[in-house]
Amino acid sequence: MIKPVILWTDALVYLLIAAVIAFAWYARGREHLRAPWARVLESRIAIVSLVILSAYLAVALLDSLHFRPALEQRGEQAQETYYSVEVLSALDVIARPLKERAEKTYSAPFATRLYAREAMEGPDGVTVWDYPRLRHGGAHLADPDAGRAGDIARRALGAAAAGGALWLLLAALVVAGIARARAEGFTSTLARVAAGRTRIPWRAGLFAAGLLIVLAAAAVRLAGVYHILGTDQVGQDVFYQAVKSIRTALVIGTLTTLVMLPFAVLLGIMAGYLRGWIDDLIQYLYTTLNSIPGVLLIASAILMLQVYIDTHPELFQTDAERADMRLLFLCLILGVTSWTGLCRLLRGEALKLREVEYVQAAVAFGVTRLRIMTRHLLPNVMHIVLITVVLDFSGLVLAEAVLSYVGVGVDPSTESWGNMINGARLEMAREPMVWWSLAAAFAFMFTLVLAANLFSDAVRDAFDPRLRGG
Amino acid sequence: MNEPLLRVEGLRTRFETRGGVLHPVDDVDFDIRRGETFTLLGESGCGKSMTALSIMRLIPAPAGRIVAGRVLLGGEDLLSLPEAAMRRVRGKRVAMIFQEPMTSLNPVLTIGEQIAESVRRHRGLKGAAATRVVLELLDAVGIADPEQRQREYPHQLSGGMKQRVMIAIALAGEPDLLIADEPTTALDVTIQAQVLALLRRLQRERGMAILLITHDLGVVSEMADQVAVMYAGQIVEQSARAPFFAAPGHPYSRKLFESLPEIEKRAQPLAVIPGAVPSLARAFTACRFADRCDFAWQTCREVVPRWIRVSDAQAARCHLLDAEAIQQAPEHAPRPPAHLAQRQRTPAPVAPLLEVDGLKVHFPIRHGLLKRTVGQVYAVDDVSFAIGRGRTFALVGESGCGKTTIGKSILQLIRPTAGSVRFDGEELTTLHGERLRRRRSDFQIIFQDPFSSMNPRMLVGDIVEEGMRALGLEPDPARRRARVEALLDQVGLPRDALRRYPHEFSGGQRQRICIARALAVNPRLLVCDEPTSALDISVQAQILNLLQRLQDEMGLSYLFITHNLSVVAYLADEVAVMYLGRIVEHGTVDEVLGNPRHPYTQALLSAIPVIDPSARREVIRLEGDLPSPARPPSGCHFHIRCPHATPQCRTHYPAVTRLGASHTVRCFLYEADDAAEAGC
Repeated sequence: MIKPVILWTDALVYLLIAAVIAFAWYARGREHLRAPWARVLESRIAIVSLVILSAYLAVALLDSLHFRPALEQRGEQAQETYYSVEVLSALDVIARPLKERAEKTYSAPFATRLYAREAMEGPDGVTVWDYPRLRHGGAHLADPDAGRAGDIARRALGAAAAGGALWLLLAALVVAGIARARAEGFTSTLARVAAGRTRIPWRAGLFAAGLLIVLAAAAVRLAGVYHILGTDQVGQDVFYQAVKSIRTALVIGTLTTLVMLPFAVLLGIMAGYLRGWIDDLIQYLYTTLNSIPGVLLIASAILMLQVYIDTHPELFQTDAERADMRLLFLCLILGVTSWTGLCRLLRGEALKLREVEYVQAAVAFGVTRLRIMTRHLLPNVMHIVLITVVLDFSGLVLAEAVLSYVGVGVDPSTESWGNMINGARLEMAREPMVWWSLAAAFAFMFTLVLAANLFSDAVRDAFDPRLRGG
Repeated sequence: MNEPLLRVEGLRTRFETRGGVLHPVDDVDFDIRRGETFTLLGESGCGKSMTALSIMRLIPAPAGRIVAGRVLLGGEDLLSLPEAAMRRVRGKRVAMIFQEPMTSLNPVLTIGEQIAESVRRHRGLKGAAATRVVLELLDAVGIADPEQRQREYPHQLSGGMKQRVMIAIALAGEPDLLIADEPTTALDVTIQAQVLALLRRLQRERGMAILLITHDLGVVSEMADQVAVMYAGQIVEQSARAPFFAAPGHPYSRKLFESLPEIEKRAQPLAVIPGAVPSLARAFTACRFADRCDFAWQTCREVVPRWIRVSDAQAARCHLLDAEAIQQAPEHAPRPPAHLAQRQRTPAPVAPLLEVDGLKVHFPIRHGLLKRTVGQVYAVDDVSFAIGRGRTFALVGESGCGKTTIGKSILQLIRPTAGSVRFDGEELTTLHGERLRRRRSDFQIIFQDPFSSMNPRMLVGDIVEEGMRALGLEPDPARRRARVEALLDQVGLPRDALRRYPHEFSGGQRQRICIARALAVNPRLLVCDEPTSALDISVQAQILNLLQRLQDEMGLSYLFITHNLSVVAYLADEVAVMYLGRIVEHGTVDEVLGNPRHPYTQALLSAIPVIDPSARREVIRLEGDLPSPARPPSGCHFHIRCPHATPQCRTHYPAVTRLGASHTVRCFLYEADDAAEAGC
């Protein structure tokens, strides 16, 4: 028995996904909306980035299905079910072994022993000062020092083979799908895909997917018996933390945009089109907002919220809800401080468009102002909105890391790359150095931001009318 | 001087685009001799600019590439030169000026620096010597006070001045050949006359050859020694000027002449070239013009025509001139044009539909932190006229004279500062909100640029019905659709157009969509703001015919805003000539164009390049540019450019003088007569 829990950010994530699907459905029949996206998909880099981003997205979605498991009941209390105060997600269920198999303290990636020496009582009763065996990492090995490399290689290869088989199945499905859509033979389609002679670069996409599947399979297999990215100070698996942080990053990157868009689009277009005192008001508003140092505003807002949360414990049933409220609020405040740039861009564009002749023609027809803004201005500034949103995403992911490092980011109990980096900053000064927390956070964040940046480049190339031409 | 300066042989340029491989220049040959003006004439997209860029080797790579041919400059093949050597040819031996003087100059450098840069590069002069040459060049291109002007920035100069500066930069290297790509298209006629005269004088003084690219037959007639007509990437006719204008050889050239609007053609529709320019992406295995030619027969659609010499001075690419091919031609009279029915022109003035009285539109100039008004731009200053039902009223003037502002303020897109606009007896300037919105179906506007006047993200069907929806004219969607289809029929577009986007249509077709959109709300008055000036001659003829037909069928009134006097001569009933926000002369077409009285009207008419050399008038050259409407000159606005100015002109603005039943003028030259008559 479980009790589903929908956190605020979950609801917004679902809403966002629904909006994207609805837009895709709407754009299907509209050539001017579809054409630039088709151009995006023609780029190899965009396809590869898209595959990587989808993998991240899949993890984040799994992590957004929250519930509270029922507690086991005994005796006469059986009629009434009590639920755990701990909120779990689908990802937690899958990764339960990772979470539960905590060590005592630091251990290096793939280590079988702790990173710190301890006094241990040997079999012969003598106390020795040595690195103890890990409770879980490599516990199945009889002789950890001799058998480890072979064991890792064997397991990794086995998992890679399984991953390869899975990939072949996926590739076959994709090729069959293309063949069906084009009413073409399977083998001829396969040859075309393999030679890279398709309009959408399927070969590059499948290649990236293959690499990703094999890597993931090996990681999952090995993570079952080793701490593949080591453990942190309290013995938590770093790989688990890094994977759990994906959701935090994506939530910040996307929801912030969702918060900012209505402000930026509505106010920007209104200021540019209506002019007069409305323009003055909006301009003063964003100029003022822009001159407040962003970090200070965020810090004060987050600290105020924290005080509020601490003084009203009755509003939150679980810790997860409290952490989630802080995450949502961080998105809000980041959104409030970052809409001004887009707003200014849109105001300029609207100023230009209001003098364009098709807008004048609409005025001559007596079209209402609201309708001119929604039918004539909005669709013609959408490319700017889109380019800005995609470009901002990676910036926001990085901003979260910086803010958490400073201590005004997400709740300390929320896994995030910023928190990992924050925790790791003292470890770098340790002797011997503990590098894996930082490296893991860096690698995960780097991959996501790089993929997002490359993808946004492709989007900009496809949407920016100045770069089109020829 | 038999050896040509420039010889182009078999030049072919290819272009790779999304839509396939194009050949904008496809096997072009011609020679230019020293000291002569060679004009390339053609409509947009025919490859004339690409030919010039190919000669300069400025084709944007890697999309474009010259694939065949030779360009011999004084015997040296430019196409085989290394790029470094080519850089010494550009500017030094061959210089180029472009259409748009506004964007050809660097806005952050003074014009002196920009000319000096070219002087340094091509003559190796520095310091005081370079400055001296710069001053000489500015003087040569007719810029007064060069000492002062060379320290100014491009934004301080008018369009005509900038084009002069561009010419000065081009002259800095003392080139043998000057390529001028539509050098006057962006300029007003009086300025165009100045620049063309300048080019002629410089050519005479320096003996350079000019390759002049233009779409304007008038410019060709004024400037050319040799004419080459380009069509779809090829030269279809080449000739000396006199035989070309006496008897054009190629059917395409003939059609170009026939489709020009002129006063003699008033009673009939203009000849049009059916269809559109073929896509350059396809391979041609026959005559490129066959599909649009009135004379085409079987051979034209199967065999590529040879280059036929008609006389020593004239040659064309057409089977009609080919003695062998013509034998297989069926006995044919040229197909008669669609309908040559005589138009009934609306006679006698009728009750006016629109009355404009004392209209003023001033824009405040604001400055400083508090946006205080420090001055006014007198865009329209006390203008009165009336338009009768079913009549065409033309407003003529150079850019910046306020004619577009009048159009917009009649539609209440710009609210007038003072004066009244009465439509069918109802005052529009005091209407607001819902009442104005309901009145809007009575008057509509057609804009100049067919590319920016439609929302690129809306389907044509939605664009056309937008007015009906906004004004609630046809609430039932099915009936509205049917009406849109009927409108598309009426303007001559296929019905499936309504499910397509504007960018899929050519300029002329887009202008038809704009007309359909305006007609959708059943207007009685159409304000046409330069509706044909962005279009080619043959397409212009189609649109003018369409406007004529609609007026006959629906009794529309037109306010036709234009700078093109030949269009006015062809289409309008009444004309008003504007100068700096005021109407200086007003009357019927015959009165104003046949017997212009105001010195400005006279200068304007004389500045238009004329095709018929026998009809050529002495050009009254106007000095200087249109003054700024923010600081209009005292007295008569025109007095600083007027050849007849008197002291009185500097202090007082002349009152309206009536010269005939409908002919009025504002000039002191005629006021005395009027006063004398009144005295009798």
